[in-house]
This record gives sequence, structure tokens and C-alpha cells, in this order.
Amino acid sequence: MAMAQTRARTLLLTPAGLWYAALLLFPLAVVLIFSFGERNPIGGYAPGFTLEQYANLPARFAAFRNTLTLAPLGTIAALLIAYPLAYYLALRVSVRWKTMLLILVIVPFWTSILIRSYAWIYLLGGNGIPAFLEAIGLGDIQLINTPFAVLVGIVYGYLPLMVFPIYVALEKLDKSLLEAASDLGTPPWRSFLQITLPLSMPGVLTGSMLVFILLTGEFLIPAILGGGKVFFVGNALVDLFLQSRNWAFGSAVAVALIVIMLIVVALYTRVVKRFGATRDDVGLM
Amino acid sequence: MRLYAVAVYGFLYLPISIIALFSFSAGRNASSMQGFSTEWYARALNNPFVMEALWTSLKVAFFSAILATLAGTMAALALTGMKGRLRAIFDVLVQIAVMIPGIVIGIATLIALVTLFDLVNPWIESLTGWRLSLGLGSLIGLHGMFTMSLVVLLVRGRLESFDRAQIEASNDLGASPLGTFMQVTFPQIAPAILAGFLLAFTFSFDDFIMAFFVAGSETTLPIYIFSSIRRGVTPEINAIGTMVMVASLTLLIVAQILLRPGHSRGKG
Repeated sequence: MAMAQTRARTLLLTPAGLWYAALLLFPLAVVLIFSFGERNPIGGYAPGFTLEQYANLPARFAAFRNTLTLAPLGTIAALLIAYPLAYYLALRVSVRWKTMLLILVIVPFWTSILIRSYAWIYLLGGNGIPAFLEAIGLGDIQLINTPFAVLVGIVYGYLPLMVFPIYVALEKLDKSLLEAASDLGTPPWRSFLQITLPLSMPGVLTGSMLVFILLTGEFLIPAILGGGKVFFVGNALVDLFLQSRNWAFGSAVAVALIVIMLIVVALYTRVVKRFGATRDDVGLM
Repeated sequence: MRLYAVAVYGFLYLPISIIALFSFSAGRNASSMQGFSTEWYARALNNPFVMEALWTSLKVAFFSAILATLAGTMAALALTGMKGRLRAIFDVLVQIAVMIPGIVIGIATLIALVTLFDLVNPWIESLTGWRLSLGLGSLIGLHGMFTMSLVVLLVRGRLESFDRAQIEASNDLGASPLGTFMQVTFPQIAPAILAGFLLAFTFSFDDFIMAFFVAGSETTLPIYIFSSIRRGVTPEINAIGTMVMVASLTLLIVAQILLRPGHSRGKG
């Protein structure tokens, strides 16, 4: 029986295993190997073993700087906007409306980020918000193709991802704690700071980590709303692989990006252990 | 508080609505509303490039979602209740697949496959006269690899939340393993499988970044939209964008309804 079960399991796992081996592990291994290689003069990759590509990383300093300033900023902005909404949905909305309101938050996340981002060309472009600001006498303000436009785009794109984990954490919160606090005469702001906020921290951390990680790999939003002036590591990668065809250096940049993300995940895992949360709290789908 | 929520929903839906609104403009200028017409929808639907890109996207989305749903459901069935090293390895693989940015995996797959094809093509060509290249195969493969991971998470979540005693009871009553699966397990996880398929389909249909790298000479609809935006937004692109949004919204809402807790046909 046990033997048969093991064989059945192996069989069931084979397609997924092969798929991961061919299109996840193999490509990542190639990137790692190429990052130690050299540039082929005609473009592409030439075998070798050198740390030259990594030593050369500062050449793309601006892309890393933009990513590592706008990604944290975007994460914080999304958190500040998402938290009150998650709080409202978890604690203030009647059961009847909850499901529909939640679906309305999640659904945009799964629709094309491409179309959602280019919509902001209208709002931030010359005929949109800037025209309005000029009409009320605030002068000529350029919004599109600025870091601000990219920030708006990323907050807009990833807000749903932040709302959901926080909502899940707040929903699980034991409401009798809040009632007890208010019966004992605790002012609402204190019970928020001492009960609600600490207990929702797992959701806050999960949401922040997810958003931050996805932001570090962003390409589309800077490409569409940054107009080539505000570029992320993702944009540098596209340039290195598709335009200058410097595969070895591009691979080193990709590996550096993965390392940054791994550091963030490791930090998150450490902090989360302190709050006693599990990763399954994401509840994205 | 309620006012705040209304404002956030406005923030989430206003940009989408603007695209939808402008797609009905009668004028040529994409940045202002001039009259009302459905002319741009007709144009988009009669544009052979758009239709070809749409057809490619539908093929890729359908086949990648079918394969991902099959392989993902099989893996989820095996992983539930499993312990040991193999389980740990698969957990890590699913995590990596979900977390790694699309741009990194897209580029990695591009250079890995191009290098591999360059190595084996002379040999394959001398044997068969064919050459391997990027295209539908790599699109389906890469989208499927990612969405398979989503299916594993969804189906495993459903499997872990239902009562194992039902399976034991069915076994004790003498049902064959296949009988138990068809009559007890499958009805319970069917909504999650269907939702997984719909999410996989939508993801593939909407994905730009992975497709951008591994599409080879194929053009999917998001790739077509991206290159058009680069040349400037037109009412026709707005019409295409609106249709894409409506299609994915419909699929997503169905998926979300299927995923609501307690939605399973195995009850009662």
C-alpha cells in the first residue's frame, strides 16, 4: 500500500517536476553561469570565468538607485492608502456588501497592468490633471515622465496586493478584545495602537513584502509612465538583453536583482517569525 | 471612513473608465471626447493585425491554462498530506516560480532557449530539416510554468481544508481509490480547479512581460498593444483595451465566485 502510494505520488509529480526543471531551474542556472562569462564581441555570450561583470555593476547604478528608492516609497504609499481601506472592509462593512467590495478590490490586480498603466497617460498627460492645475492657477506642472508619475502608477498597480493580506489579518482579529478594551474605558485610538495595529502586523508585513518584491522587478510602469527618464533595473535588463545584447553583464544585473529580493524575503521571514504569522496568510486568490 | 473607501474605489476604477469612455469617441483624437460612436470597435475587429494577435493570445492562453491546470492539479493531489524532502523541494519550487519577477524569468528563458537551440539545431536540422525556435511553444511553456504554480496553490488550499475523514470513510466502505477520487475528492476540488483554469487563462491572456521575451516572431495582443502605445494612443487601442478588460473582468468575477468559501458541489 505504502509502496503503491509512493509510486502514484511520484507519477503525479512528474509533469510538474519536468516543467520546473526545463523552464525554471534550467533558465536560472544559465543566467547564473552567464553572469560569470564574458561578452561576445558580436553580441551574446562568450564562455569564461570572471568576476568582471559583477565589478561592472556600478555602471548601472542609476537603475538600482531608482529601483531602490521608488520601490520602498511605492510600498509605503500603498500601505498608507491600503490600510484604512482594509480596516473599513474588515471591521466596518456589513457581511452583505463585504464579498462584492472585496472582489472589486482584487479584480483589477488580475487584469492587464499594461492597460491599467497606460490609462494614466490620460490623467497625468497634458490634458489631464496638469491642465486642471493650470486652470486653478497653480501654473504649468509636468507630471507625465517624472518619478511622481511612476510612483502613482506603481501605487495604482499594486494597491490590491497590499489591501488583501491586511484585510485577512484584520478579519481574523478577535473582536471581543476590542469590546473588552472599550468596556474598560480605553479610548479608541489607544485600543487601535495597542490591539488592532500589532495584531494586523503579519498582514502589513506580508503585503509590504509582496509589493516590494514585485516592484523591484517592474519594467512596464517606468517604461510607460517614466518616458525613458525614470528607469528601473527591469528597464536596464531589457536594454542590455534586447538592445546592446550584452548577455554576460545583463546576467550579472539579473543575479544582483535576485539577490536583493532574496535579502528582502530573508528579512521578512525573520521579522514575521517574531509576529508568529504564516505565509499562507497571503490569500491573494 | 465610507467616503475614504469611495475615494479609493474611484482611484482604482477611474483610469479604466476613462479608457472605456474614450473608446466610444467619434473623433480621431484619442485625448478628447467628440461625439459617440462604436466605429473604433468595428475598426479594431476588422484590423487583421489585431485579429491575428488576438488569435495567438487565445491559443497560448487556452493551451497553457489546460496544461497548467492538469499538471498543477496532479501535483497538488500528490503534495497534500505528503512529508519529507520531495515535498520541501516542491514547496520551494512553487515559491520561486510565484515570486521571481516575470522580467527575470522571461529573460532567463530567452537566453537559455536561444543558447540551447543554437547548440542542437544543426543536429536536428540535418536529421529532420526542421529548426527549433521561439514561438507558440515557448509562450505556452513559460506561461504554463507560472500558472501551474497558481493552480497548485489554489487546489492544494482546497484539498487541505476539506475533511480527510470523508476519504477514509469512503475507503473503509470498500470504494476503490479511483472511485473515492471521482465521488469524494473531485467534486470538492472541482470549483478550485475551474477557478485555477480561469486565473491561468486570464494571466496568460494579459501577460506582456514574459511574452515580450519568448514570443519569437509571434505577436500576442498585449505585445501589439504595447508597441502601438509606443507610437501613440489611438481610440482604436482604447477600444481593444476596453474589450480585453471586459473579457478578463468577466472571467475573473466567475473565478472569484467559484473561490468563495463554502462554494463546493460536494455539500449536502
